[in-house]
Amino acid sequence: MSASLSMLAMWLTDENRMISLQTPDLLIIVIYFVMVLGIGFYLRRFANTSDDFFMAGRDMSAWVAGLSFLSANLGALELMGWAAAAYQYGILATHFYWIAAFPSMVFLGLVMMPFYYISNTHSVPGYLQLRYGEATRALSGISFAFMTVLMSGINMYAMALVMKVVLGWNIHFSIWISSLTVAVYVTLGGLYSAIFNEVLQFFLIWLGALTIPVLGMIEAGGWNGLVAKIHQRVQGDYVHLWSPMSTFAGNPMGVHWTGILFGLGGVIAFGYWTTDFLVVQRAMAAKDLRSAKMAPIIASYFKMFVPLIVILPGLLALGLLPFKLVPESAVGPGLHSYNEVLPLMLARYCGPGLLGLGVTALIAGFMSGMAGNVSAFATVWTYDIYRPYLNRTGTDKHYLLVGRWCTILGVIASIGTAYLVTHFKSIMDYMQALVSFFIAPLFATVILGMLWKRATAKGGFWGLLAGTLSSVAMYTAVVVNPAALRYLALSPDAKPMAENLYRALWSWIICVVVTVIVSLCTTPKTEKELQGLVYGFTSIPSDKGLAFYKRPIFWGAGVAVIFAVLQYIFW
Amino acid sequence: MKEKVQDIPVHHTHHKMLPVWFFIGVLLLIYGVIILFVSVREYSHPTPVVLAEYHAGVWGGVILLLFGGGYTWRFWPRAGRR
Repeated sequence: MSASLSMLAMWLTDENRMISLQTPDLLIIVIYFVMVLGIGFYLRRFANTSDDFFMAGRDMSAWVAGLSFLSANLGALELMGWAAAAYQYGILATHFYWIAAFPSMVFLGLVMMPFYYISNTHSVPGYLQLRYGEATRALSGISFAFMTVLMSGINMYAMALVMKVVLGWNIHFSIWISSLTVAVYVTLGGLYSAIFNEVLQFFLIWLGALTIPVLGMIEAGGWNGLVAKIHQRVQGDYVHLWSPMSTFAGNPMGVHWTGILFGLGGVIAFGYWTTDFLVVQRAMAAKDLRSAKMAPIIASYFKMFVPLIVILPGLLALGLLPFKLVPESAVGPGLHSYNEVLPLMLARYCGPGLLGLGVTALIAGFMSGMAGNVSAFATVWTYDIYRPYLNRTGTDKHYLLVGRWCTILGVIASIGTAYLVTHFKSIMDYMQALVSFFIAPLFATVILGMLWKRATAKGGFWGLLAGTLSSVAMYTAVVVNPAALRYLALSPDAKPMAENLYRALWSWIICVVVTVIVSLCTTPKTEKELQGLVYGFTSIPSDKGLAFYKRPIFWGAGVAVIFAVLQYIFW
Repeated sequence: MKEKVQDIPVHHTHHKMLPVWFFIGVLLLIYGVIILFVSVREYSHPTPVVLAEYHAGVWGGVILLLFGGGYTWRFWPRAGRR
């Protein structure tokens, strides 16, 4: 066994790798693959109906749904990307874990989840069909399916690239092994498999990465020691959250607090956490409404502490690494890019065994991200595209079979995208921007639909279309003429990071304005048609009979207190 | 599309299956054994990592063993469990 693993290591790797894995590390990785495939084969027997396959039987506890909800977003790209951002921008990157998570996740649980759950829909586009009609569902479903499968391919390519740079693994080997594994276990167990592996990944990521902050803080001499070391090495404020944000020029991110508060916390975060079906699907799989409401709230607690294993390693690298990291474009012999922060810190502190666990956590993060995308794609394709437009009269068995084939199709399309990106790397940036076009306006469409009874089918469709197109127009304007950013962000000192935040804010506002104007000029649905879909026409079960500690609002208030304390400490 | 297609009503299904916590327990238990075994060897064959004197692998292995063992024991399939 040991000899064959050593041979595998020799065959896979080349000399230009950052980390050398030993036999125990490879054994840990192999065991992970065996376990996820085993789980897939075990769960195959329970995925017998379309509800089992696409919604995990709607039988998940609040904890399983909550951890899965968080893990769907806790992929390796996310971890490595934000650790790199922490090295570049300091603690400001934490805004993407705090203001960009807790308010929107709690809002989803307390306000929006009852509508998703009570409407008995299978997906976010499914809710839009019930509330606004076919046109809005088609626009949202097709764009979501298209983007999801392409993002899955980009994730796959990114994983293969990381494995090549960090471990020296062959890029084709990484793409094919990970895709085949995901294809097998999701095709067999559907959302059951995806959720089980996401919860597994949650534990692996925490246990695999926790060594870095613990040993890092010992080496740095605690928080005060780390701050002193950072001040010795770089100029500027890298350790405060809000105080450097009174001007665009006063912080390394080049963003004003209004952009963070309204653009990020108010629009992008709400758009992502409340309408992206990739994450919402996990909460919808909960076994009852209370569990569905609790799932995102449970996730928000853990999300508040993710900076410990993502942002802190970036700050530790900034203060402790004996060399400076450089942008990806400046990487040359002997230089490392910002994106390599996390693997570098793993290699700094972890010996054999622990290193294997850390690398396995990264692989698990990539694979569960891919599985999440593919399972969400299969659901939306089957329920929101195939069933309404291609075959309305199929049996449940037929839709189950279509779901399994869609999973395979999704993986094949992802592999194709991965190879496309290999040859045209700029596609990656465009695709990520493309995904961001839909998030902000979609949130406006969904929230107006839930809270405003006067919103009409035409209002919803034209608002969503106008918001999306305006986002594309603003993005194109800045690509063609970068100076246009000053008009978008209302400041000549704004940096590229500000563009996303203000573009989202403007497109959200445009979507709301168009939806309201068109709705007021068109005929609304009757009250009977709005039953179970809109605030005021939906009877939502009250939590008042529950003990206070079982109420979702109690736990939502708890995370709000933690949030406020953290903002005060790092203000 | 003129004809409206309503969403399919969702059914709740309960299957008697091993909980995810059991699989997590087994995996972490196996990892704990491997990491502890490898890390104990480091007392005689030290690895050149920063703060090697803290033996993070030993601590990590013990935590994984306890965590994984506890979960495996707690969620081991027994007669009478739902």
